[in-house]
Amino acid sequence: MSEVKYSKEHEWIKLDGEEATIGITKHATEMLGDIVFAELPEKGSNVDKDGTAGVVESTKAASDVYTPVSGEVIDTNQMIVDDPSKINEDPEESAWFFKLKIKDKSEMDSLMSKEEYEKFTKETSA
Amino acid sequence: MSIKKTSLNNLHIKYGAKLVEFAGYQMPIQYKDGIIQEHKYTRSHSGIFDVSHMGQLFISGGDDLTNDLEKIFPADLKKLKTNQSKYSFLMNNKGGIQDDLIITKRSDGFLIILNAACKYNDYEVIKSKLDNQYKLNLDESLSLIALQGPEAKNVLNKVIPGCNSLKFMNGNNYVYNNKKVYITRSGYTGEDGFEISIKHSDAETFVESLIENGSKLIGLGARDTLRMEAGLCLYGNDLDNDTSPIEANLKWAIPKSRIETEFVGSEVLKNQFQGGVKKLRVGIKPESKVIARGNTKIYNDKNQEIGKVTSGTFGPSVEHPIAIGYVDNSYSTVNTKIFLEVRGKKIPANICNLPFYKKNYVKGEINV
Repeated sequence: MSEVKYSKEHEWIKLDGEEATIGITKHATEMLGDIVFAELPEKGSNVDKDGTAGVVESTKAASDVYTPVSGEVIDTNQMIVDDPSKINEDPEESAWFFKLKIKDKSEMDSLMSKEEYEKFTKETSA
Repeated sequence: MSIKKTSLNNLHIKYGAKLVEFAGYQMPIQYKDGIIQEHKYTRSHSGIFDVSHMGQLFISGGDDLTNDLEKIFPADLKKLKTNQSKYSFLMNNKGGIQDDLIITKRSDGFLIILNAACKYNDYEVIKSKLDNQYKLNLDESLSLIALQGPEAKNVLNKVIPGCNSLKFMNGNNYVYNNKKVYITRSGYTGEDGFEISIKHSDAETFVESLIENGSKLIGLGARDTLRMEAGLCLYGNDLDNDTSPIEANLKWAIPKSRIETEFVGSEVLKNQFQGGVKKLRVGIKPESKVIARGNTKIYNDKNQEIGKVTSGTFGPSVEHPIAIGYVDNSYSTVNTKIFLEVRGKKIPANICNLPFYKKNYVKGEINV
């Protein structure tokens, strides 16, 4: 069973053993509008919890993408670099951003469950 | 100060607009389709823009009005025929642009369309420069609606018959719902189109009838990407108090007949006409997919700073990032390689011709 959690910066993270897949939430894409550019971290680089690990740009503005946990980047999704509109189409499945070899699983504890995240987005957008 | 709403506010909400504050007004940034679809629909069919936040200033009275306005604006107002429009500027003494505007000669005076964020200041500045025999009316009883795109003429002609005979940068009176409306053939998208000045009480039904005839409401987001592709300036971004029309590469808007005459800022402009300018507005195309937004620094190949970006986005029709900016004049030639500093990296880019997007008009009558 893989576990999906959410950050206050609107990233989702799915953990399978040591491998964490990270992307941005549907709610984030709705706030951003049409995404026209994506930049991902370099494979092999190390990223720290809450540090910048990419950029997305809509027609309106640029936004940083943060990593909700620390680890080594083991894979990035070239599909969303080639066609950033895929992020709007399928943000929480095929349009993932990067995969990490997670450094410390306990960093997952501070993240939100799906229910908590939904409550959080309702409160912050109200 | 409370936020103002235009006469179309209920309609914006009905059609799913995301509303934002812009120049003191609650305005739609986009509707349900999103900026890219709205942009493309305007280019392929027609889009309706609520631009009621813009100022509609009527000036009338006195035989010397044309003469006196020529002391303020560098346009050839004496040659302007009734119902003809010209793009011009309100400048300061240093030749800097306080606002860019459209002046239309009306049978009873002049109509000046002003930017929303500048309109109250413009009114005071113009009033202070004119003799008080003239009547100035910043008319807030009128909405302003733009209809833009290749189908605009067909859609509008169904609602207000006869208006498709208007020539570009000309206007006239028409009747809608038994009331007078004033329509000009003009716009801010690089497309053929119209701007309709209409009573607030008629604005909603008028827009609904445009929608019934196939047009869609378009937000400020797509208005911005459309105007950038068309190489048009946004006041506050690409034009400001420290930039002259010559530096802004808008020399074409200063008629030769006015260069030797006197108007606010004329000394500076005359010098710039003769001696040239240090910075110049240019089109910029990044070589990669990276978007350079306003305030991005521009460098030459020796890592020296040579200018900055004033507007930048992804152009939905050109399908590439585009930018407008100012560079040291010696770097303004088309195809000059420059570098844009985005998130600490130097992104290669090239100076290019404006506009980024050029319409191939079927009829030769329209000159944009």
